[in-house]
Amino acid sequence: MRFVFAVIGMICLSSTLWAVQPDEILADPALEARAREISKDLRCLVCQNESIDDSNASLARDLRLLVRERLVEGDSNDEVKAFIVARYGEFALLKPTKTGANAVLWWSGPFLAIIAVFTAGLYILRRSKSFEPPVDALSDAEKERLNDILSKD
Amino acid sequence: MITEFGHFALILAFLVACVQAVAPLVGAHTNRYGLMALAAPAATAQVTLLAASFAALTYAFVTSDFTVRLVVLNSHSLKPMLYKISGVWGNHEGSMLLWVLILALFGAFAAWFGNNLPQKLKARVLGVQGLLGVAFLAFILFTSNPFLRMEIPPFDGQDLNPLLQDPGLAFHPPFLYLGYVGLSMSFSFAVAALIEGRIDAAWARWVRPWTLAAWMFLTIGIALGSWWAYYELGWGGFWFWDPVENASFMPWLFAAALLHSAIVVEKRESLKSWTILLAILAFGYSLLGTFIVRSGVITSVHAFANDPERGVFILAIFVLFVGGALTLFAARATAMEARGVFSFVSRESALVANNILLAVSSFVVFIGTIWPLIAELFFNRKLSVGEPFFNAAFAPFMIVLGLLLPIGAMIPWKRGQIFLTIAKLKWAFVLAVALAGLVWTMQTGKSLQGPIGLFLGAWSVFGALVDLVSRLGRTRDFSRLLRLPRADWGKFFAHSGLGITMFGVAGLMAWDQEDIRVVPIGGSWDIAPYSFTLDAVENVRGPNYLSTMATVSINKDGEPYATVYPEKRNYPVAKMPTTEAAIDYHPMVDLYVVIGDKQDDGGWAVRTYIKPLANWIWAGAIIMGIGGLISLTDRRYRLAVGARKNAVPQGTPAE
Repeated sequence: MRFVFAVIGMICLSSTLWAVQPDEILADPALEARAREISKDLRCLVCQNESIDDSNASLARDLRLLVRERLVEGDSNDEVKAFIVARYGEFALLKPTKTGANAVLWWSGPFLAIIAVFTAGLYILRRSKSFEPPVDALSDAEKERLNDILSKD
Repeated sequence: MITEFGHFALILAFLVACVQAVAPLVGAHTNRYGLMALAAPAATAQVTLLAASFAALTYAFVTSDFTVRLVVLNSHSLKPMLYKISGVWGNHEGSMLLWVLILALFGAFAAWFGNNLPQKLKARVLGVQGLLGVAFLAFILFTSNPFLRMEIPPFDGQDLNPLLQDPGLAFHPPFLYLGYVGLSMSFSFAVAALIEGRIDAAWARWVRPWTLAAWMFLTIGIALGSWWAYYELGWGGFWFWDPVENASFMPWLFAAALLHSAIVVEKRESLKSWTILLAILAFGYSLLGTFIVRSGVITSVHAFANDPERGVFILAIFVLFVGGALTLFAARATAMEARGVFSFVSRESALVANNILLAVSSFVVFIGTIWPLIAELFFNRKLSVGEPFFNAAFAPFMIVLGLLLPIGAMIPWKRGQIFLTIAKLKWAFVLAVALAGLVWTMQTGKSLQGPIGLFLGAWSVFGALVDLVSRLGRTRDFSRLLRLPRADWGKFFAHSGLGITMFGVAGLMAWDQEDIRVVPIGGSWDIAPYSFTLDAVENVRGPNYLSTMATVSINKDGEPYATVYPEKRNYPVAKMPTTEAAIDYHPMVDLYVVIGDKQDDGGWAVRTYIKPLANWIWAGAIIMGIGGLISLTDRRYRLAVGARKNAVPQGTPAE
């Protein structure tokens, strides 16, 4: 919301550098694309809430270069992330793991959805139980005829 | 002198709010009509005093009165007039003053236009609104006084953050506050109904316009903020899942759910206690948002004048009001039995599904926002929850919502037949699938994101169209289209707008292109079918900044297409640079050019983005807002509102 108070990690924006710079880009487009993908999932540790892909901080630049270095060495995407986590802790991951207590983070939404559907189902069942067909309900033959008329056009 | 006058008016407003809070509630409880009648004049007095107070603060900003601390911190004599005014709410203290002004304004509107409300209900609504006023005015007076003077006034001010000196941002906070604070009316109505122990169709009809208005303002406010981020931050992001953004998004989702469940109460007298609960929670999320923004407990990119003392104060307000309301709810909810009866396949059930999806997705946003805090407090894990989590955890609910929406919107009340409804929608479905399939075969890369977004968007828009036409009945007399109830048109616009936004978001995320390179003056580069040339880079002087401005000409298929001027500005007073991206707006695609630093070899770093469908995101939001506005003007809110049934009706009329 209040972008107004967006001092959007002033620290981060206040340098005249900006995110990925021309000299960082790898010659191999496939490798560069992977680097960008990884960068989006890694946090700029000194910024408030930005990925290293978006951040202008010098630490983010160092991390971007490190990611590319590892990729050139032949690491897989997961290995690169594991390497960063080993150095900086899971704070660096913008997409938290699903291990341990984090299961609550990932599964409480779907769990709540299931509970809600179940509860709502019971509620609607109770509401529909007391459903009394109106006295002037159509007979089956009448219904059929009505459907015929309705589906004609 | 005028500043002291404003300060004095603020203190008076606090005292008046105390009267507004106590007298009507006591009066309604003890059946004393004289006390109840105090509510309306108190509400008028409160809003008048706060308007005077706000005007005094604005005057200090406009005249650059640097004896006032707030003006020194957030203004500068050279700043353009628009930003001197928007600077009033571009800071914590001033924005809180705007917040209570709007709170009082809503209360006053209820007092002025609520003549058809039963006297007791009106007194209680205004009383609860007064209580909120007391809490927030105390907060301002004791922790965030905007009228403090400087002991030694400086020669000039420290300027407003240059990022905020922008027309889009000037109007973003007022709209958001109108939305947040608008939800306080739903809250007050809910609490008043709980105290009375009764809620019926008439109640829902009174509360719905306020919710609709709040939701509409929130929609516009969020869209403005997102648009600002897109053009101002220099890389074309439009949503960051930042805690402070989430703080505005959660009440929006809840307000949307409340709008829909209030329809069920209004038309079918079911889902009553659930609707009350939603009304409490929607405003609760607004308060929580205020807490998140102003306490600094959760790190956000929207750093703000954070202060633990203020955080504790707002937390206390939150606990008091939401806790109190929920306690009342627990005690009284059973008194509000539902009477409507409906089967599994019915509009009621569809609206229950809508509520589940909106509430659960809001919960996902909530848990993602506070999880870093919980993980650190209870599990000693320092971690981050960012955009990739939210995209993965939130999107599925929205996809299901988009899939169900056109069907649910057309199912008859009480008891429907699913196949009849689906049969009506078959052309909308076929058309949406065909469009998505066409785009899927045409695009490179074959990612499904774009086509799925297009399908959902087209499905919503065509479905809304089918729904609207079906309202004409079997005659298909299109001349009747304009005579349909405004609520039908509002529904059409709101649902179409949602579809358009969904398509815009998916399309932009799936198909944007980026190019980063170093270009010498006169050099060109291509992103098919466009060709860009860096013609010149000059230094330019603005009113309160220095700018490095590039001229970039764009050709499309060899023909001249556009010329854009990306800038890099430096604001010497605030000592801050900003990037001013140059955007060539087109309905289908934006060309987005950013100039960076001069490189050692004399060339300039340049970033170019091709942003397809970006405008659709905000266009969709505006259309949603228009839908809300049209619905708000529906006849049933203007007429016959006072027709509250005195005798409880036995059974419900069939539709």
